[in-house]
Amino acid sequence: MKMYPEYGCTEEAPNDTIAAVATAMSTAGIGIIRVSGPDAVRICEGLYVNAKGLHDLASHAPNTITFGYIEDETGNRVDEVMVSVFRAPHSYTTEDTVEINSHGGIYLLERILDLVLRAGARMAEPGEFTKRAFLGGRIDLSRAEAVMDLIASQNEFARRTAIGQLSGSISEKVNELRSLLLYEMAFIESALDDPDSYAGDLEGYPERLDGVCEKTLTQMEDLLEIGEKGAVLKEGIRTAIIGRPNAGKSSLLNYLAGADRAIVTEIAGTTRDTLQESIRIRGISLRVTDTAGIRDTQDQVEKIGIERAKAAVSQSELVLYLLDASAGITQEDQSIISLLHQWKEEAPAVRKCILLLNKSDLPPVTDSGQVHSFFPEADAFLTCSLRTGEGADLLGDRIEKMYRMGELSHQSDVLLTNARHREAVREACESLQLVRQSIRAGMSEDFFAIDLMNAYASLGKITGDAVGDDLVEEIFSKFCMGK
Amino acid sequence: MLYTIDTDICVIGAGHAGCEAALAGSRLGYRTVLFTMNVDSIAMMPCNPHIGGSSKGHLVREIDALGGEMGKNIDKTFIQSKMLNISKGPAVHSLRTQADKAEYSRSMRQVLENQENLTIRQAEVTDILTQQELQEYLRTDLCSEASQNGNDSPGGKPRVAAVRIHTGTIYTCRAVIICTGTYLNARCLVGESITETGPGGMQRSTWLKNAMDRLGIPLRRFKTGTPARMDGRTLDYSKMKIQPGDPVVVPFSFSTDPADVQIEQVPCWLTYTNEETHAVIRQNLDRSPIYAGIIEGTGPRYCPSIEDKVVKFSDKSRHHVFIEPEGRSTNEVYVDGMSSSMPDDVQQQMYRTVPGLENCVIVKNAYAIEYDCINANQLKLSLETKTVDGLFCAGQFNGSSGYEEAAAQGLIAGINAVNMIRGREPLVLKRSEAYIGVLIDDLVTKDNREPYRMMTSRAEYRLLLRQDNADLRLRKYGYEEGIITQNQYEYVCFKERKIREETERLKKSRIGAAASNQEILASLGSAPLKTACSLAELICRPELSYEKTAALDPDRPALSKDITDQVEINIRYEGYIDRQKKQVQQFEKLEHKKIPASINYDDVGSLRNEARQKLKEFLPSSIGQASRISGVTPADISVLLIYLEKNRGRKM
Repeated sequence: MKMYPEYGCTEEAPNDTIAAVATAMSTAGIGIIRVSGPDAVRICEGLYVNAKGLHDLASHAPNTITFGYIEDETGNRVDEVMVSVFRAPHSYTTEDTVEINSHGGIYLLERILDLVLRAGARMAEPGEFTKRAFLGGRIDLSRAEAVMDLIASQNEFARRTAIGQLSGSISEKVNELRSLLLYEMAFIESALDDPDSYAGDLEGYPERLDGVCEKTLTQMEDLLEIGEKGAVLKEGIRTAIIGRPNAGKSSLLNYLAGADRAIVTEIAGTTRDTLQESIRIRGISLRVTDTAGIRDTQDQVEKIGIERAKAAVSQSELVLYLLDASAGITQEDQSIISLLHQWKEEAPAVRKCILLLNKSDLPPVTDSGQVHSFFPEADAFLTCSLRTGEGADLLGDRIEKMYRMGELSHQSDVLLTNARHREAVREACESLQLVRQSIRAGMSEDFFAIDLMNAYASLGKITGDAVGDDLVEEIFSKFCMGK
Repeated sequence: MLYTIDTDICVIGAGHAGCEAALAGSRLGYRTVLFTMNVDSIAMMPCNPHIGGSSKGHLVREIDALGGEMGKNIDKTFIQSKMLNISKGPAVHSLRTQADKAEYSRSMRQVLENQENLTIRQAEVTDILTQQELQEYLRTDLCSEASQNGNDSPGGKPRVAAVRIHTGTIYTCRAVIICTGTYLNARCLVGESITETGPGGMQRSTWLKNAMDRLGIPLRRFKTGTPARMDGRTLDYSKMKIQPGDPVVVPFSFSTDPADVQIEQVPCWLTYTNEETHAVIRQNLDRSPIYAGIIEGTGPRYCPSIEDKVVKFSDKSRHHVFIEPEGRSTNEVYVDGMSSSMPDDVQQQMYRTVPGLENCVIVKNAYAIEYDCINANQLKLSLETKTVDGLFCAGQFNGSSGYEEAAAQGLIAGINAVNMIRGREPLVLKRSEAYIGVLIDDLVTKDNREPYRMMTSRAEYRLLLRQDNADLRLRKYGYEEGIITQNQYEYVCFKERKIREETERLKKSRIGAAASNQEILASLGSAPLKTACSLAELICRPELSYEKTAALDPDRPALSKDITDQVEINIRYEGYIDRQKKQVQQFEKLEHKKIPASINYDDVGSLRNEARQKLKEFLPSSIGQASRISGVTPADISVLLIYLEKNRGRKM
């Protein structure tokens, strides 16, 4: 059984309103949330109040920009915003469109988007605004083709985020919840399919299922909460510092932190674990993970640290690799290089590596030429001494340049994905509430199956799994069917 | 000397698919020849003695709504009937009957024999000829006569023109429907004993394999099995639990008068395997052809042999065994739940461990059967092959299993063979319209690795696809195609209108909190009204129903039960039904986006390679169908949508 709640909306559905953050998720002051579709104004009107506290969005003249506030469901002000209303067909998408300009940074953009989604908009698919613009005749062919490429590349990207970048624990959790739901569906279906043999198994089942739903709901609500907290931490380019022990990783972190003393958060893990800090350098946010030194070790605790270091690299957009020029390319460096090589290869376009040849103040054993031949994939080679500070500024220059050139970017998709995930979990919660409602109303088991399947499909959007023949497979593998 | 006979449609095989296909073709006015290896095996039930069951009952109702024969035939020949899951929601109610096998077969044969335009011919079809092959085959003077059947298909695709039978006689025709079931290159296995026969010792067919090879349609090998038949007089029923039929029988066919099916029924019996049975099986596993690796075909997991059940579900200390009569005029009983391919001696030993079967005498051994079939991915949704125009396939030959699944495909293939000849669009039912739609879409679009069985869980919108409303869903199609009569169709239109009117009336009729009403409610064990509410709201109360609220509803019109049942379902499950309807709307948008047959997927930029390959292989007819192909992602679908939009109105 497969459901298509998403596909149905990927075309010019006349009754469908979509929303997304339309600007890149950057530290730049302003971001725009675009809401497009026939209900755009109605949806935003409930959230927006003007300076006098009135919900007057519907009366705004088209193509004007007005100051006001976004309020949440309980009437608390979330942010000061500028709001524009565009009326069909005079908008980018040729549909009724509302654009909310916020200058509150990524976290507030996410909150506002969340409110818009909760008010009834659907999360836009990658490239969907442009697609609507094309289908509405607003943009031409070549532009649309660019969108197709964009969609294809984001497809690839989305799959990677779903599998790799989405923290392992969340996808594990989602899979655990899904298999729980799948089992319950298969249980119901097998009993209904062969009632002569198994109808008796359904005795007392609604109560048991209610318990399962309650437990699952609690877990999903927890997930939502974690998701909201997680969004704050996600600000910034994910950066890992890597190198063998004593290559100068801590000095680098101190240097970066000291550069403008802008440590926002500091989360220490367990001993010899990774350390994460949010740092601003040249106005660019980095979320830096200092990893344990990589070396062959028998020490259990340190081994765990190394595994985490590898995990940190795999989730980073930028890696700062420190190499001790006075020690040369060691065995440890070779394993780091092979790790980075693999990491780069998976997504060369979005993963950048800067190699820092440190300790230039000591007699060198190796030089950048030799290093280059060992690790040609690095995007930049810098020579510096973090102890004396010599050449260290080059690092800031380089990061700034990469950022301005668009080589490095905040991967807004990570945040979008998150909003998408939260939306999916919320949908699943709603479906499970409906199951419980059906149980309380004394409906029969086949009705529970409908909403269980919807919850299952919603959660599948997070891990990127289509429903396919999962249920039929589960029925056959877990239950002895057939006379 | 070449001998040719001209006809319109040739149906190969007279099982449940072949019968429906042949009846559809001839009823629509086309000369049809139904070929069978043996006329005594027409509509034979070589495996279980049921028609219907969970989701299969839906199929029979749908076949009937479209004008097929299965429902009518079982109404004439059943010996027990039961509505399954009656305590559950209406979506999973399913009618299941026990058939008198011999009677079922005899009765169907009678219908076929008396059908205008239909000829039954006992013969093995040994070849299928395309237009070009036929012309090469015939002498020049015969060629001109045969060419009236049409020219080469546009695009140079071969088109069927004839079949040849074992005697050499050629039947020229415009469409061929292959329904060989489990007969093609079949072999039956009982332990070490292998016989080259079709089911039940019937002669198998072999020649058609060469034709399929030549036409470029690859075959695959599937496997299935059946339990033993026993002499019912040797069983001790006192050790089993009786399984009677329903006190009031509901007929399968919408055309059958319910009064005609209130007959004396025959019971079935329930017993169980036990640890002793399982021990016998475990000790002899090495002698099972499956576990010894002799069987190469893929068997169905939903119909496992008792060996499989014991091995795969070793935690179960017992399995259900149902003893079911094969008919009124025979002592043979079917041992449902214990199909096997163990050697004879092991079967004897194993069956006798089951309570009630201690002294059983086996009439027919349980056996496994292997046969050639196709991967239905090679078919269009019309059931016509993608490679040869005019060649249709239906039934178990398409990799399905079950009489009902076969009959459903046979009916659709028969209708579409006619549509091809008369130049009309094929009848393709959507997943949102019918179980038949789900069945054919799954067969054609999905990657099926074992014989496919219908299940209610395969239907996404099952609350809408109920067995009770098959006529409301499908009569119109049967009528448009020409199998359903004007009268039958008009009744459905009338029924539809009455349901709508009565549903509306109940929603509008308000019941006040007057003392008289409260009294009636109290007598029905229902809570008193605080304020006025609609009759519809009252009907939704679990303890009330349409019938029970009659006393509160003096204006109630006299309506037949089939109408009031629908009204009650509409009102009671409105919320769920509305939600499924919304899902259907979303679903159908994509189904309506057709992909032109001329599309060149190499021109569609940005498709991932895997998706491009799958799309080229499956050639889906709509975006909806494309989205169900495994390996095609939502993003690929977006890419495809834009491409189609871009090229709209342009010739691809």
